Amino acid sequence: MPELPLFPTQASTMAGKVDALYFFLVSVSAFFVVLVAALIIFFAIRYRRRAHGEVGAKVIPSLALELTWTIIPLGLGLVMFFWGANVYFVESRPPAETLDIYVVGKQWMWRFQHLDGQREINELHVPVGRAVRLTGTSEDVIHSFFVPAFRMKADIIPGRYTTLWFNATKTGRYHLFCAEYCGTRHSGMIGTIVVMEPSEYQAWLAGGGGEGSLVSQGQKLFQDLACITCHRADGEGRGPILDGVYGSKVDLVDGRIVVADDAYIRESVLSPSAKVVAGFQPIMPTFQGLVSEEQLLSLIEYVKSLKGRELNTTKK
Amino acid sequence: MPKHESSSALVPDENAAPASDPALRHHFDDLAQQHEAATLGMWLFLATEVMFFGGLFSAYMIYRVWYPGTWGDASRTLDITLGTVNTIVLITSSLTMALAVHAAATNERRKVMSFLVVTMVLGVAFLGIKSFEYYQKFAEHHVPGLDFRFEGQAPERANLFFSLYFAMTGLHALHMIIGLGILSVILYMAWRGRFTEAWHTPVEISGLYWHFVDIIWIFLFPLLYLVDRHR
Amino acid sequence: MDTDTLALPRTHYLNAEFGLASWLLTTDHKRIGLLFLGSISMFFVLGGIFAGMIRLELLTPPGDLVSDDTYNKLFTMHGIVMIFMFLIPSIPSVMGNFFVPIMIGARDLAFPRLNLLSWYIFMIGGCFTLYAIVTGGVDTGWTFYTPFSTMASTSNVMAAAVGIFIMGFSSILTGLNFIVTIHTMRAPGMTWFRMPLFLWAMYATSLINVLGTPVLAITIVSVALERAFHLGIFDPAYGGDPLLFQHLFWFYSHPAVYIMILPSMGIVSELIAAFSRKNIFGYTFVAFSSLAIAVFGFLVWGHHMFVAGMSVYGAMIFSVLSFLVAVPSAVKVFNWTATLYKGSVSYQTPMLYALGFIGLFTIGGLTGLFLASLGIDVHVTDTYFVVAHFHYIMVGGALMGYLGGLHYWWPKMTGRMYPDLWGRVAAVVTFLGFNLTFFPQFILGYLGMPRRYHAYPPEFQALNVLSTAGASVMGIGYLMPAIYLFWSLKYGPIAGPNPWGAKGLEWTTPSPPPTFNFDETPVVTEPAYAYDTVEKKLA
Repeated sequence: MPELPLFPTQASTMAGKVDALYFFLVSVSAFFVVLVAALIIFFAIRYRRRAHGEVGAKVIPSLALELTWTIIPLGLGLVMFFWGANVYFVESRPPAETLDIYVVGKQWMWRFQHLDGQREINELHVPVGRAVRLTGTSEDVIHSFFVPAFRMKADIIPGRYTTLWFNATKTGRYHLFCAEYCGTRHSGMIGTIVVMEPSEYQAWLAGGGGEGSLVSQGQKLFQDLACITCHRADGEGRGPILDGVYGSKVDLVDGRIVVADDAYIRESVLSPSAKVVAGFQPIMPTFQGLVSEEQLLSLIEYVKSLKGRELNTTKK
Repeated sequence: MPKHESSSALVPDENAAPASDPALRHHFDDLAQQHEAATLGMWLFLATEVMFFGGLFSAYMIYRVWYPGTWGDASRTLDITLGTVNTIVLITSSLTMALAVHAAATNERRKVMSFLVVTMVLGVAFLGIKSFEYYQKFAEHHVPGLDFRFEGQAPERANLFFSLYFAMTGLHALHMIIGLGILSVILYMAWRGRFTEAWHTPVEISGLYWHFVDIIWIFLFPLLYLVDRHR
Repeated sequence: MDTDTLALPRTHYLNAEFGLASWLLTTDHKRIGLLFLGSISMFFVLGGIFAGMIRLELLTPPGDLVSDDTYNKLFTMHGIVMIFMFLIPSIPSVMGNFFVPIMIGARDLAFPRLNLLSWYIFMIGGCFTLYAIVTGGVDTGWTFYTPFSTMASTSNVMAAAVGIFIMGFSSILTGLNFIVTIHTMRAPGMTWFRMPLFLWAMYATSLINVLGTPVLAITIVSVALERAFHLGIFDPAYGGDPLLFQHLFWFYSHPAVYIMILPSMGIVSELIAAFSRKNIFGYTFVAFSSLAIAVFGFLVWGHHMFVAGMSVYGAMIFSVLSFLVAVPSAVKVFNWTATLYKGSVSYQTPMLYALGFIGLFTIGGLTGLFLASLGIDVHVTDTYFVVAHFHYIMVGGALMGYLGGLHYWWPKMTGRMYPDLWGRVAAVVTFLGFNLTFFPQFILGYLGMPRRYHAYPPEFQALNVLSTAGASVMGIGYLMPAIYLFWSLKYGPIAGPNPWGAKGLEWTTPSPPPTFNFDETPVVTEPAYAYDTVEKKLA
């Protein structure tokens, strides 16, 4: 006899919040289902047809009643909305201090990239009790990163970065599913989130990362692709200086002002002339097809590091 | 509200021959009802057309807001002279179509036919100029999917503009071709003398369709040709 | 009105002409309704076979019955066939075509030839889709999400897209026909507020058909152009946005759910009134709630995309609007329930379907609140919770209503009665089988089993076994009507014009109706469901 679980484990700080709302909705729903069913059964039996030609009695419709059952569902709906929106707001706002990890989805695997350089496929090791922020993109079609035990899901979309975050509260191994249909082996695009004690996690970190940290990989790439010839740190190059650019406001040729975030840097590499910085010519070639999503991530991480911030943390 | 809304007991007898007019279909009470149904039907159909083009218009709006520079660059490669001439041609055809409808209402068969012919000639002229523009784009490698090349900023974005350009103008041209087909049928019916003062609904609703296709172009022209011209 | 005319040989729409041509070239709305009934019944069987194979595959955790590609094609084609080829046309094309003109006292729809054309368009589109199925199938999911559908899929997307595009025009034309008919063809005295609620529902549905379907059409065209000519409207490599496709797709496909459910609500209103022999409680509220659902339905499409990368505030707006849709739905349920109060309730087959509908629709609607609620949606979207929810609406709701309507009007359409006992058994079996199939899926969904999975972790097996068992019960429940309804065509007792003692113009004309519906144009002098004016007659 197979096991019969009825409720998922709660393994993140969000899980309890989502479940509380869920139980509230379950009770409201159960109340109304029972109410409607009981009334129907009661009326159907009490007023069953007793004679062949019988017709129903005349019942005067009541405006008060109509308004009651319009306004009460409306009120309940608004309560559910505010509560749900509140939970969603927390879900979509990562805390200030996070452990950053990058995710790349492709048919049909999950690839993870730690800042220290470790790479993982279909398995993600994280410490317990620490907010983890994942930044994800896809190499081909839309995927969706879904960890039921954390009540966490977000679509991973080609051409843009999605961020999601969680804070695991229990050590253990949890299912990771792809929740957006992505082709043949969609149901095989599954993995495991391994939540470990911080000490174990440190030990695990020490055991990997053969290629150096992500920043150093990005730095190497920056030289290999000859980005360094134009984006010189002394300001003598034909391209803008990148030191301190990450997170700052950038003036463009066409008068717009944009914030230099991950998406902007990605776009500047793949489609350089789309947003040209004021005072420069659109002479940068496109690197579309020359850099992989993972290499782009390392470049972004390198540009971030030029702000001279500590690694592994993001300050809002 | 239909006129036969009154609950009078004056019910037309079903089994009698329908009141005189050969154009009256059996399931209507009178020509007025038949006309009302046909006109409402055409207006509803035009509403569906608005939604049909609306999908592309919303795509256009979003990308234009996202990539304003590219939009300007790509739009400036279109031939504004040809576009303007085409706009004038099409607006004129709307005028002649309206005159054809008016002539049908006053039961002038020859006038109906000649105005319809002028309308169709203008429609064909529009399509001819449009084909020439397409040929130009093809020669400049501005057709997405056919060795697409673009010399302005952000060629990989310009592809989007031209995709929408061809989708929108192509669908518009298709509607024009369908419209020409409809007008041919109306022309034939006019030639056979099928329209009377009492009943010329087909001319009217074809006119509605024709004007609608024109209005679509009135929106397409500034959106596609007049982006960022001041630079 | 209970005069029996069955002894007299009579001309009616079925025996007015004979031969294949008289059917294929008919402009009689009743015959066209039957043509649709035949077509969509075939498609329903096809979609049911796909569903059965899906359930069999899911009986065990590993993907062992069919290959992963085949499984993906199965759920895709189950969705495409059931949604585009059965549910969307079902009630409007069959009962709407048959009864809209009769219920308003007209001789036919406003555009009879257009009506026949819409059947042909539907069949041509259906042929394209069937061609896509027999030449290897489609594996994009019925949602055709880009970039998978435009770049990655190697299956027959093109033929399916063309088929859906063409079939869309069939529902546009049907909707257009109904709106014009209801506006311009009502019999003398048939004011808007004397119309049966089924017509209000059809009117609301037709509005969605007319305004929503073209958006799907242009979206499908864009996907086809992108596949065929590499136009880059949704291609991220060119800066296009795959999410734009989702917005355009759901702009139609969410209202499409209301295309499926609103007609059923209309039928249920008819059934509850007829079998309680009572005026529907709160007629105007039920009528306007149909329109409200149609209007709100256009404003909530974003709730399908809460985890797809919308802005937080955009999601909140869509969330609150989705909760607003719940209000008119709740109003309907309460009014139906109140109609039973002091009625004269009989439990004949159509009524059982109607009561089953209310129960299942209530559960379906309430679980919709879970999905409208942002915090929960993040967890349950794209899981079996969603699958269960929309099956409660589309099968427990739309299909139950369709079957209820079929049983209610069958004697009118054919002139024959079916065995009521069998009908009641089938209704109960369907109801029980349905709940056994889909209720476990709510639990599965909250546990986190994603939808569209060919293989799944073993801990989900028990619930899947329950679900598959329920599906076989449900299958029996659908087979039974097919058998006894066919049987009744030849052996059923003659029904007479009004076997239920119901109100409404359709029951004032003989069964089956004559070609032009009424021997003389009816004049309406009383509101719909005026049961209290009937003289009491004892058997």
